[in-house]
Amino acid sequence: MAINETYVGVQEEPLAEQTWGGVAKDLIRRQPLGALGGLVVILMIAAALFAPQIATHDPEINDFGAMLEAPSLAHIFGTDEFGRDIYSRIVHGARTAMLVGFTAAICGSTIGLLIGVTSAYFGGWVDIIVQRVVDVLIAFPSIILALAIVIILGRGVGPVIIAITIPMIPTCARVVRSSALAVREIPYVDAARAMGFGHARIVLRHISPNIMAPYLIMLTTFLGAAILAEASLSYLGLGVQEPTPAWGLMLKSGAEEYAESAPWAVIFPGVAITLAVFGFNLFGDAMRDVLDPKLRSR
Amino acid sequence: MKFKTLKLLTGTTAALLLAANVAAAETPKRGGTLNFVVGSKIPSMDGHMEGTFGMIHPIRPFYSTLIRVNPANPSSTTDFVCDVCSSFSSSDDGKTHTFMIRNDIKFHDGTPLTAADVKATYDKLVFPPKGILSLRKKFFSMVDTITTPDNYTLVMKLKYPSPTFIPSVAMPFNFIYSKKDLDTHGYKWHQKNVNGTGAFQFVEYQPGSHVSGKRYDGYHHEGKPYLDGYKAISAPKMAVRLQAIRGDRAGIEFRGFPPKARDDLVKALGDKITVQEGDWNCSLLVTPNHKVKPFDDARVRRALTLAVDRWGGSKALSKIAIVKTVAGVVFPTHPLAANKEELTKIPGFWTDIKKSRAEAKRLLKEAGQSNLSFTLLNRAVDQPYRILGVWLIDQWRQIGVKVTQNAVPTGPWVDSLRKKKDYQVAIDANCQSIVNPIVDVSKYLGSASNNYAQYMDQPMEDMHAKMSRSGDPAEQRAIMRKFETRLYGEEAHIIPTLWWYKINPHRSYVKGWKIAPSHYLNQHLDQVWLDK
Repeated sequence: MAINETYVGVQEEPLAEQTWGGVAKDLIRRQPLGALGGLVVILMIAAALFAPQIATHDPEINDFGAMLEAPSLAHIFGTDEFGRDIYSRIVHGARTAMLVGFTAAICGSTIGLLIGVTSAYFGGWVDIIVQRVVDVLIAFPSIILALAIVIILGRGVGPVIIAITIPMIPTCARVVRSSALAVREIPYVDAARAMGFGHARIVLRHISPNIMAPYLIMLTTFLGAAILAEASLSYLGLGVQEPTPAWGLMLKSGAEEYAESAPWAVIFPGVAITLAVFGFNLFGDAMRDVLDPKLRSR
Repeated sequence: MKFKTLKLLTGTTAALLLAANVAAAETPKRGGTLNFVVGSKIPSMDGHMEGTFGMIHPIRPFYSTLIRVNPANPSSTTDFVCDVCSSFSSSDDGKTHTFMIRNDIKFHDGTPLTAADVKATYDKLVFPPKGILSLRKKFFSMVDTITTPDNYTLVMKLKYPSPTFIPSVAMPFNFIYSKKDLDTHGYKWHQKNVNGTGAFQFVEYQPGSHVSGKRYDGYHHEGKPYLDGYKAISAPKMAVRLQAIRGDRAGIEFRGFPPKARDDLVKALGDKITVQEGDWNCSLLVTPNHKVKPFDDARVRRALTLAVDRWGGSKALSKIAIVKTVAGVVFPTHPLAANKEELTKIPGFWTDIKKSRAEAKRLLKEAGQSNLSFTLLNRAVDQPYRILGVWLIDQWRQIGVKVTQNAVPTGPWVDSLRKKKDYQVAIDANCQSIVNPIVDVSKYLGSASNNYAQYMDQPMEDMHAKMSRSGDPAEQRAIMRKFETRLYGEEAHIIPTLWWYKINPHRSYVKGWKIAPSHYLNQHLDQVWLDK
């Protein structure tokens, strides 16, 4: 296993022995933008987890006495056309964004990982067939593919997660395969074969752990992309349904009719989407820098 | 703060409307091309088989009808005038209707129009051969025979006298076609070709872009049309239509805008915008699927209607959606409509919403449905479907009913209502052209093909049949009240919401067009002129 550890190299710096505070300080010093992204990610996750405690109003209750009110102490981000508190809807909307974002990103990158590693490990006809299928799926713009899937499966959180996950799989599989092709040539894989381990064990326990770096980079990249895709689908009316709070849905409701007269109905959901995607992208970049041995030394 | 602005804008709107009425008395000017925007596609150009404004707005100006709603008084629900006829009369028993056809009308291809053309048209409408769709065939179920004693006389004999006959003839979809075209090219030719006697001649149709027409110099209404031509520009997105008017790429959109769009236009353009508003012969409904439990239980349906605060909702929703008026089953200003006293006796229309909701909760408990939850099928169209969907979900939440929404595009929505019938509760609409209450309420009969609630209520069928054959308005009105109470109150087969409200902000230079109770009416454009 020594070869394994040397190749991956992720354990060269014993981060595990540091305190969390030390890790944070180190991250801020070495990756200030990444740390900022991490902070945004933590805030988003916290908003999603503690939405009922953080929100000031019920996000779904209509209050016709407070329709389209500008930001004030009573409603810090203002209200929408139904008098619903926009701040509370954004906080609760984080739940939808995080649920869809994390589920789609984890599923998409994990399935992609398995397909990519399997394709590289077996090579030959398996690799050719898998990669041609990947070629076909990659040829579709991901949002078009997601739209087609939602139209077939219907609306709601479940179909949206599937629709966002599927276009991620081939991208991840392609990236992971290139790393796995290198890993499968390393002698410890031959050693594992020689010891009579099955294909599944070799793929899951010997190759996959050694391509965690590209996997984690893809995962964090996918998180931002998934949040954006969920917002896009909701904006197009294909995502989650009213009155469930979702950022894209809020943007859609406000954009056509109220962008001019009640800009807060558009600005705050837009900022939430931008901030979330920006945060996850910064965090993903930092992850790549930390995990990639070539970039880490720079 | 926001509603002070709204009040100010509403006041401005009223002033502008007054100005529009004054302007109506102005002398029309000739010339110019009217650009208008249309928010829907043209499925086919055959009025006999279509029911959408996407076809009516761009295609209607090419055609005439036998009679029509008075263009000078389109808000009236009973004022009909001749179009290709010179006069029309009814026999004393109401069973024979005679139309004298004008002898000075020619189709755009030069063929003279005679009673034979009108008969051929009505034969297609009333007695279509197998395989030919006539969407309003059932409206003419009382017609027995159509004859032409001479070249310029058309006689329609009815099986029984019916108050719905004349309004049905005046429907704007009843384009007069040439017998020659029907005989030569067949009944499907008009789906893709145009040859009418309307105020404008067909120039071109670019799918997805526009339809254009030019003035027909041989038009039979003297001195008209005033315009040199028109261009109906396709613009499915509301924001595009709104900006087209704002940027003066179009002068008008005939279907209607929501209140906020009106206010934005008035605020931005001041007196360059004129606003016309009025009740719309469209009502938004909730249809419980009677074949799905627990909506087969009248107590559950009654609870759902009792939960809805229509009076309060009207005040709020009329500020953000194209709905406004609380009314019963009949168009609000029609003589057959319920007055407020009659209406507030029907469960669901009570003015005390607390009492209403308490009764709703009691009924749910009695039916064993205190924790009722269901999915509401809705049409993914903003105005007014999405807005009303969100409002209804909040109304039902207040009696403890949990509702999730499934808003789908028009195609799957229609498919679910008509074919699959797989919904629990759905939002539906009853939109009609001519205000013809007895025909309009036929949607609420279990036997109607456009009733999706899946019930059969024989007493209602009998009431409707009696109304359709009654020549006495007082009797019709009395039966209508019973029909309404059974439909909305006792059985709650259908849960009414609010009637639509038509708001047409347009460039002030567009003159001569008057708002009607339907976006299908008054679209021949022969009276429109440009004050530029």
